[in-house]
Amino acid sequence: MVTPMVRAEKVYKRFGRVEALRGIDLTVAPGEVTVIIGPSGSGKSTFLRCINHLEQISAGRLWVDGELVGYRQDGDRIHELREREVARRRAAIGMVFQRFNLFPHMTALQNVTEAPVRVKGISSSVAQAAARRLLDRVGLAGKIDCYPAELSGGQQQRVAIARALAMEPKLMLFDEATSALDPELVGEVLAVMRGLAADGMTMVVVTHEMGFAREVGHHLVFMDDGAVVEEGPPRQVFAEPREPRTRAFLSKVL
Amino acid sequence: MAARATGDPEAIRAIPVRHWGRWASGVGVVVVMAWVSWSAVHSGIIDGAQVRRYQFSPLILEGLRATVVLAVAAQATGVVLGVVFAVLRLSKNVVASWVAAFYIWFFRGTPVLVQLFFWYNGVPSVWKRITIGVPFTHLTLYSARTVDFMTPFMAAFLGLALNEGAYMAEIVRAGILSVDEGQVEAAQALGMTPLLTMRRIVLPQAMRVIVPPTGNEFISMLKTTSLAEAITYGELLRRASDIYSSNLEVVPLLVVASIWYLVLTTVAGTGQYFLERRFARGRGRDLGESPWERVRRAVGGRPRW
Repeated sequence: MVTPMVRAEKVYKRFGRVEALRGIDLTVAPGEVTVIIGPSGSGKSTFLRCINHLEQISAGRLWVDGELVGYRQDGDRIHELREREVARRRAAIGMVFQRFNLFPHMTALQNVTEAPVRVKGISSSVAQAAARRLLDRVGLAGKIDCYPAELSGGQQQRVAIARALAMEPKLMLFDEATSALDPELVGEVLAVMRGLAADGMTMVVVTHEMGFAREVGHHLVFMDDGAVVEEGPPRQVFAEPREPRTRAFLSKVL
Repeated sequence: MAARATGDPEAIRAIPVRHWGRWASGVGVVVVMAWVSWSAVHSGIIDGAQVRRYQFSPLILEGLRATVVLAVAAQATGVVLGVVFAVLRLSKNVVASWVAAFYIWFFRGTPVLVQLFFWYNGVPSVWKRITIGVPFTHLTLYSARTVDFMTPFMAAFLGLALNEGAYMAEIVRAGILSVDEGQVEAAQALGMTPLLTMRRIVLPQAMRVIVPPTGNEFISMLKTTSLAEAITYGELLRRASDIYSSNLEVVPLLVVASIWYLVLTTVAGTGQYFLERRFARGRGRDLGESPWERVRRAVGGRPRW
């Protein structure tokens, strides 16, 4: 059996007294696009942030590509990882944020070359050539010297995707990547994400875009109140949801 | 587009509101200032000839150099200390955070003049010798009598730099806190370590908040160096007072010193302006041409249309 790209076993996350995640079980196969939908506050984003250890899980086990997230297992013992080691593992996972989080003091090109040069130690001429290809691929060849403030939201998010891809990740996480965009700019970002999916990138996508979930997703997960309520092939879940909670949610958003 | 039937609307020609209060207060201020200047000049105490005579005298210029050296050295060290202690203050390490808090509390809470006396008079009387060696052995790398080491310059430098470091630590901390948390998360998600994130992502953005108050601090530092007069360091005020204590031309020499302080602070203020523009990169707000660009264009630059 192939090692799953992401495997979650009874993952819990508590913020003080609030239980944000209550026993998530989930498997993402390599090359698969998993789409997580659900109401606000259902824990979708929290779960996504646990995958690259931006949040530390409180209980359960979480693996990415066969390695424990944030820990090292040594027989029965679990050791916390050093910051350097956590950073090394994050470098292999790309993440795209709702609010883009581009570095405002760097041009589009510098945003994309920063991590390959500083984290991977790639020479800046090689990184620049790669960055130009990536920015061309997301349709921004003409904007490489623009600062983020000079770009539209859709353009900024496409730079952010190129920035994540520059690290040649084995897994891409999208945290409501289109939620902060004007409706007419959503399409250009979704088009880039479709392209990635078609190229076989493993993706975990938290989104409110039901059309994208249905057409691009291989696996659909509906979360509510910190738990997975229902999962399955998108067309099946959309057409005939088994759980009443899923039905209620879908009837409001479709 | 639909053709407009009546053409462009007529511009509004309104009679502006008269602000009589502004006129009256403006005239009042001018009158008072003219009267003060007139009485100062006619008292005969400010002797223009004396001012001109001493403005560029070798002793005064030597003091000017000493002031600039001390201010630049103390401010530069203060900035470095400020960055270090701000990072320590925000560190998860409790000991580091408390040490930084104590440093800031102590040096911000005592007068600079007292600190200068402490370094110059206090330290040499408490510790007779300064010895730098390898701990727990008898190897020494440097050893000197403290009075020889603690020259007026050294005491003034240590006092001003350590005091400045405490203020800069708070300024840098405010700058770091002003950077959006999403920036740190984005950097972490790219696999950047905390140190790299601080150096490449957080501090460059914090600079936009740090630079203006730092310019203020440097201007303040240029003037605060005059306190070193009290521990016999030969800076501008000390040189001026050396001269007036022998020729009794007190006011002209204070004017000479003040003119130099104004020149220094003006130069520093101009430098601050350009530094702020440098760190405003990518901030979207249109800065327009700098005065320098305007001058360059006026002096035979290419016309831009």
